Amino acid sequence: MIVRIANAAGFLGDNLDAPRRLVESAQVDYLTLEYLAELTMSILANLREKDPEAGYARDFLTVLRSLVPALEAQEQLRMVTNGGGVNPLSCAAAAGAILKEAGVGDVAVGVVTGDDIRPRLAELRAAGCKFENLDTHEPLSSLAAPIVSANAYLGAQPIAEALAGGARIVVTGRVADASLTVGPAVHTFGWKWDDYQRLAGASVAGHLIECGAQVTGGFYTHWDEVDLAAVGYPIAEIDEQGHCVITKPAGSGGRVSRETVCEQLVYEIGDGAHYLTPDVDVDFTQVTAEEIGPDRVAVRGARGGPRPETLKVSLAYRAGFTASMQVLCYGKGAVDKARRCAEIVRRRLEDAGCKLARFHAECLGAGEAVPGLNARPDAEEVVLRLSAADPRREAVERFTRELAPLATAGPAGLAGYAAGRAPVREVFAYWPTLVPRDAVSTKVDVRKAREW
Amino acid sequence: MSKTRSPTKPATISLGRVAHTRSGDKGNHANLGVVAYTPTGYEFLVRELTADRVAAFFPGLGTSRVERFELPGICALNFVLYDCLAGGASQSLRLDTQGKLLGTAALDLPLPAPDNLLQMERP
Repeated sequence: MIVRIANAAGFLGDNLDAPRRLVESAQVDYLTLEYLAELTMSILANLREKDPEAGYARDFLTVLRSLVPALEAQEQLRMVTNGGGVNPLSCAAAAGAILKEAGVGDVAVGVVTGDDIRPRLAELRAAGCKFENLDTHEPLSSLAAPIVSANAYLGAQPIAEALAGGARIVVTGRVADASLTVGPAVHTFGWKWDDYQRLAGASVAGHLIECGAQVTGGFYTHWDEVDLAAVGYPIAEIDEQGHCVITKPAGSGGRVSRETVCEQLVYEIGDGAHYLTPDVDVDFTQVTAEEIGPDRVAVRGARGGPRPETLKVSLAYRAGFTASMQVLCYGKGAVDKARRCAEIVRRRLEDAGCKLARFHAECLGAGEAVPGLNARPDAEEVVLRLSAADPRREAVERFTRELAPLATAGPAGLAGYAAGRAPVREVFAYWPTLVPRDAVSTKVDVRKAREW
Repeated sequence: MSKTRSPTKPATISLGRVAHTRSGDKGNHANLGVVAYTPTGYEFLVRELTADRVAAFFPGLGTSRVERFELPGICALNFVLYDCLAGGASQSLRLDTQGKLLGTAALDLPLPAPDNLLQMERP
């Protein structure tokens, strides 16, 4: 017996057609949709501050609408998504309304909450939790800036619980990416939570598919050998031992090979002997990837150890404002021209009494995209990219006004102002930390769509 | 660089001849995964592609240290470049806030040419 778990969203902003195309071209048991990068939570939290009903991945609603026919036609199909963001309950309510309107109000929707510990920070700190920064080792008490979000990474357990409770669609907030896959696997096979070998295998499967097309030919060193326009999104076929085969829908573009799978296996990992998730401590070192058919790669060899007693927390705080703007510099001496433009902008700001906390100039095309590599001082066409950051919004706004005047009061041979003034964005800085597992209590609620 | 050992054999090869790569971010750190095309190539990389060599290849990132991890099952090495992203996805003013380019850049990393290159190249 195997369970077929697909992923058709690797981040908020991924291809909106991918989920529908996937379920139309392959029969899977579970479709996972992953929307939350490290900082997405803080962006969503900021939206929630402006509107209490907001703060989830609205892309998920668009996708859900497109999947109603598949939900009706394919009885086996279930969905698991972390698109609930910082507001899974509002997300479920909106999803419920869509399903009800589409005539499928009986579909059971499960919601996982409890990851949002921001309202509990004071209580947890009073109880002795220092929320030490994992990089700097400073305690959270040394941070003066307002905290915009704090979410513990939940694991697969509440997802499996929601599925056991009959949910056909599970909406969560911050859950470890791999756990979106582990939850359905545990529910399917009834593994115990200390069956670390199997949990490790399923976690590897989850890690491999969590970024969508990145395992099926996207972001691939040999990108020129594959059709990426019609790239197929990944499917993990997991067996009861926790081994998996990574594949993609027949007839889709892209590729699943030893190479694409290995590239994704090493994506954003640290110590490969200890890939920590809320479910298990995974050892990747003996994992193997073997091509067993066209676009089919068998992955086995994951080993697991006891899960950590702490949960990772994604905490973000307000850190001022930023903006970036760019202009093309053309002709002989283009690099000098770009540097002079940067200097003109910097001086004009200084003369206006506007001193920015941070100012950065890059000559893209002159070998500055990776600083220190491939310098091309003779490039005759470079894009000057100017960026600034400052605690004061007005200072950054002042900065964004300084590009346009270069059109008439800068060097000859500049172009590209048509985009207008650059937007000023708020900066949410990241404070990686941990919280004891037993300090976080999760809640699972399963109801019919019409009842949300 | 210019000291060739024989007229036909160059002194160095680029990493991309024997391996493919992928990079990404974790906060202000980046990781660089290097996957050898063959087991022979992996042995060569274990020997030659040291953390110091990777650190020296990226002189302009402000990296505080580089740590290397081995993944023999898939013939890969993983490097973590600490503090190399000028603040990371949230705060870096660089275009490449997430170190996405490091993998592609590393394909040009020079290594001493091995004698048995044919057994290391992409099949």
